[in-house]
Amino acid sequence: MSVLVVLEQRGGKWNRMSFEALTAGQKIAQIFGVPLQAAVIGSGIESLAKEAAGYGASKVFAVDHELLAKYTPDGYTAALEQLIKAANPKAVIFPHTYQVRDFAPKLATRFSNALISDVVEIKDDAGKAAFVRQLFQGKLSCDVQAAGEPAFVSVQAGAFRGAEAAANESGPVEAFAPQIEASQIRSKPEEPFREAQRSVDLGAAEFIVSVGRGIKEKDNLPVVEALASALGAELAASRPICDNGWLPMERQVGSSGQTVAPKVYFAVGISGAIQHLVGMKGSKTVVAINKDENAPIFETADYGVVGDLFEVVPALVDEIKKAKA
Amino acid sequence: MKFIVSVKQVPARDSSLRVSSDGKWLDESDITYEMNEPDAYALEEALQLKEKLGGEVVVLCAGPARAAQTIREALAKGADRAIHVQIEETGTLDALATARLLAKAVQAEAADLILTGLQSDDLGYGQTGVILAELLGYAHATIVMEVEPQGNTVRVKRELEDGWFQNVLLPLPAVVTVQSGIKKLRYATLMGIKKAKTKEVKTVAAAQLGGDKTPGSVMANIYMPQRSKQTQMLSGDAKQVAQQLVEKLKFEARVL
Repeated sequence: MSVLVVLEQRGGKWNRMSFEALTAGQKIAQIFGVPLQAAVIGSGIESLAKEAAGYGASKVFAVDHELLAKYTPDGYTAALEQLIKAANPKAVIFPHTYQVRDFAPKLATRFSNALISDVVEIKDDAGKAAFVRQLFQGKLSCDVQAAGEPAFVSVQAGAFRGAEAAANESGPVEAFAPQIEASQIRSKPEEPFREAQRSVDLGAAEFIVSVGRGIKEKDNLPVVEALASALGAELAASRPICDNGWLPMERQVGSSGQTVAPKVYFAVGISGAIQHLVGMKGSKTVVAINKDENAPIFETADYGVVGDLFEVVPALVDEIKKAKA
Repeated sequence: MKFIVSVKQVPARDSSLRVSSDGKWLDESDITYEMNEPDAYALEEALQLKEKLGGEVVVLCAGPARAAQTIREALAKGADRAIHVQIEETGTLDALATARLLAKAVQAEAADLILTGLQSDDLGYGQTGVILAELLGYAHATIVMEVEPQGNTVRVKRELEDGWFQNVLLPLPAVVTVQSGIKKLRYATLMGIKKAKTKEVKTVAAAQLGGDKTPGSVMANIYMPQRSKQTQMLSGDAKQVAQQLVEKLKFEARVL
């Protein structure tokens, strides 16, 4: 019995969330009182597996096959199904990445189980693990228990501190060769690509004024533009604003947009869905203005104002101008 | 082509949510419901594909009796007919149990393409589409931005993290989970609302479908999140809070 953490790499580079999943795995292994193991999947990943072995796992499986060179849900599911049957872990832990969202539910179904996805906290409930998830875009929390074994769990970006390499300690690497046929892999992935180069680097901005659904319509944008210009801030937005075409996609903050860490982040009319929070929770100071006192953004804010942004923001612009004069 | 769109009815976005007294779900007494927004985008994509390629759009929905309203909305927007899998549970059925019911309900339909939203706004597991594909033995792709059927395949543009994308070719039949915002949502027209009343809605009781109802996970208790950060809430009229905020930013956070 063990806790198995599935690490993610693409083209020989780690997805950094893998190390956060290792920390979560460590915690679950302690609750269950079993060793921690890890797995790396791909083709020619021996050296990555060796590197991973320095992060505290008692053993690292190098799941290697030429058909795993490119990610496909069929290939990854087949390989991990075989590994899990061979290693028989009590729990399988993943980082909650876009790739994991694509195949882990399929894998869990093979074991008549469901993935407990996007977990933010793990509690020790008398030797059983309770996994904390957010419901309703973060408005409520829920303790979830696995119904069967192994439990399948993915952990949210930033919810756990990334594991660090242990000094002078390295577990063994065990090669695992899954049986996969080319005919099993139905989808044909092309090379990943990026669209037009970004012209706005929100990551470097010291002040950001970010706007969400609360702005109601495009014609109201000058309200927040005035705040941005008074502060000398970059204007940013949550996803729905960019989806509507009110601001360009490159100004989107969140898991599918940019990750920012300004000195001050003004969240104006943003409720604070998980996907948005992961993009801005590194901000030094967060100010939230929202009409809904239960908006999850207030969990992350240093200063919160419950009120009508159309009244509060213009007043704030006046005060900032006075303060700067 | 035959398109099936799986939609869920969820509490409206601006609902004020109260946990029920047993801590297992919500107090539903004053909640209004709407179509899960990501599913509305899946429906829009299916309707546009049908307009371009011809065929049929079938709405599939697992939900209690009240979900009939969401099904009517989908029919009013242009779907041709619907299958309503009636369940007792109002919101707590997990993705595995739901997908098992949906799979049974559509097995005989022999769809070419099943579309659904990438996640629900209530439980947010983000798995129903993927599990449905696995149970039906179909290929799938998630977080899809563009859908382009080509003969007996479909080429989709998937969103990856951090501004990356990837095109993937899938054999049909297939399941795709659609990213929100990929097309502009239409409103139901008056004519559409009228027509919807005459469209076929096949209601199937979950018990009639049989099959495994064991959930993949158990929601033990629901509660308001604890604040991890000490948030200072400022109060007063607009001018007063603006003055306080500037003061705090200047002298406490020292960022102005």
